[in-house]
Amino acid sequence: MTHLNNLKSINYTIKTALLTIVFSIVSVISFANQPVTSEHTDSAAATVENEHATATHAEGSHEENHGEEKFDANKTIMEHIADAHDWHLFGHTSIHLPVIIYTDKGLETFSSGKFNHGHDAFKGNYTYKLVHEKIKVVNEAGEIDEEASKKVLDFSITKNVATLFIAVIGLLLIFLTVAKGYSKRGIGAPKGLQSWIEPIIIFVRDDIAKPNLGDKYQKFMPYLLTVFFFIWFINVIGLIPFFPGGANVTGNIAVTLVLAVITFLITNFNGNKNYWGHIFTPHVPLWLYPLMIPVEIIGIFTKPFALMIRLFANITAGHILVLSLVCLAFIFKSYAVGAVATPLIVFISAIELLVAFIQAFIFTILSALFIGMAVQEPEHGEEAHH
Amino acid sequence: MDLVTPSIGLIFWSSIAFFILFFVLTKFAWKPITKTLKEREDSIDEALKSAETARLQLESLKTDNQRLLNEARAERDKLLKEANEIKDQILAKAKSDAKNEGDKMITAAKEAIEMEKVNAMNQLKTQVANLSVDLAEKILRNKMEDRSQQEVFVNESLKNITLN
Repeated sequence: MTHLNNLKSINYTIKTALLTIVFSIVSVISFANQPVTSEHTDSAAATVENEHATATHAEGSHEENHGEEKFDANKTIMEHIADAHDWHLFGHTSIHLPVIIYTDKGLETFSSGKFNHGHDAFKGNYTYKLVHEKIKVVNEAGEIDEEASKKVLDFSITKNVATLFIAVIGLLLIFLTVAKGYSKRGIGAPKGLQSWIEPIIIFVRDDIAKPNLGDKYQKFMPYLLTVFFFIWFINVIGLIPFFPGGANVTGNIAVTLVLAVITFLITNFNGNKNYWGHIFTPHVPLWLYPLMIPVEIIGIFTKPFALMIRLFANITAGHILVLSLVCLAFIFKSYAVGAVATPLIVFISAIELLVAFIQAFIFTILSALFIGMAVQEPEHGEEAHH
Repeated sequence: MDLVTPSIGLIFWSSIAFFILFFVLTKFAWKPITKTLKEREDSIDEALKSAETARLQLESLKTDNQRLLNEARAERDKLLKEANEIKDQILAKAKSDAKNEGDKMITAAKEAIEMEKVNAMNQLKTQVANLSVDLAEKILRNKMEDRSQQEVFVNESLKNITLN
């Protein structure tokens, strides 16, 4: 009994220590940003004044817009669903994430704070400027050099990458804790987090893996479980409107591309004779082969492509929907509209919570289906047909 | 177009993130978890099966017991019946034996009595004869002293003797 209590207290201490570390890092980052942000506001004001000065020099009519910028909902939404090099926290406070770029002159790392939200250029091996969250090379005159910009490979820890890392850490914490529960309790009844996660694991096994993969389900369980919880977890933290959530990770085509490619690779590397036979010797008259074989080959690629687009589109659409509703109040500049929009936002967010699960489920079940089609043994009737 | 253009950095990092997650979880979470789940299900299956077997065994045991009990009862009844029969037989036999013996004894006794009676009779007869002879002798001695009386007596005796 005392042994168990000791374990519990150690466990608790570790968790508290972890939380403390995370919070201190966050607070250090935000404190460190304080002088930067004040600087930024100063320089931003300066830039605005400069612009204003040039504008007044050029045209007097521009003066009306001074001080009250017109709210552009489209721009706001697109900024929010896109990736970013800064993680905006609140007001003028944001975390400046590290920039890692690779050019023909080698690897370079520096803080994204150097760009000052796209206002300043940073001089490294080239002179870089942040234009619409893309790192571009600029020449002496401050013009974008598109030719040189193509050579810049941006491996920065962006908001989405940081969210990915948070998700990985979160998932590792959750599932290693759960796994510890299994090693401690063995085949005994589950407890705590373990009993919360277990039905979901069994759901993935019994409703996703087994029906689609048959006897071979065990081989693909790790991938299906990982992809399911990965997508679900990221979908859900994407719905949290403040740090450390809000990033549109699974609504980014690069992430869904990676996931779809993994499913594609697993499907085709595990494809058996039966699978390839269906593609190259389909059960149609010989004269249809010139038509059928290209269609089948295209089919290999359209399946993961659909996976990629489906997840990306669903999650991005959800974010756009919620953001649009949030923007309503700002478009109409009215508290009343905000009051009407808020219950709607809550409602849509609840639906998005459901979508977060459904999309993870669909991605996983379709992956299982595609893999299942590649590994299934021919039916006896079919074999006789050959 | 930016929205549907995958960026190299994110492809790179999400691949790394996913693979780290995949390998660590596979080794330290999915394998032990799925293994334990399977073990638990197997053990539940086994427990249910053994419970079923135990139930069946119990049932067969019960029927066995019932059968044994019935058999024992039948046996007991049979034994009792047999015992009764034997008792009756013995009784009957004893009775008949006793009767036979009694009869025999009675017959023997009767015969003995008869014999004794005949003997006694014979003895009595002899005794009486002797006595009578003695008596007669005495009387005769007394009476025969007188001639007349002798004659009377002889006459008298002759009268009494009937010739048949």
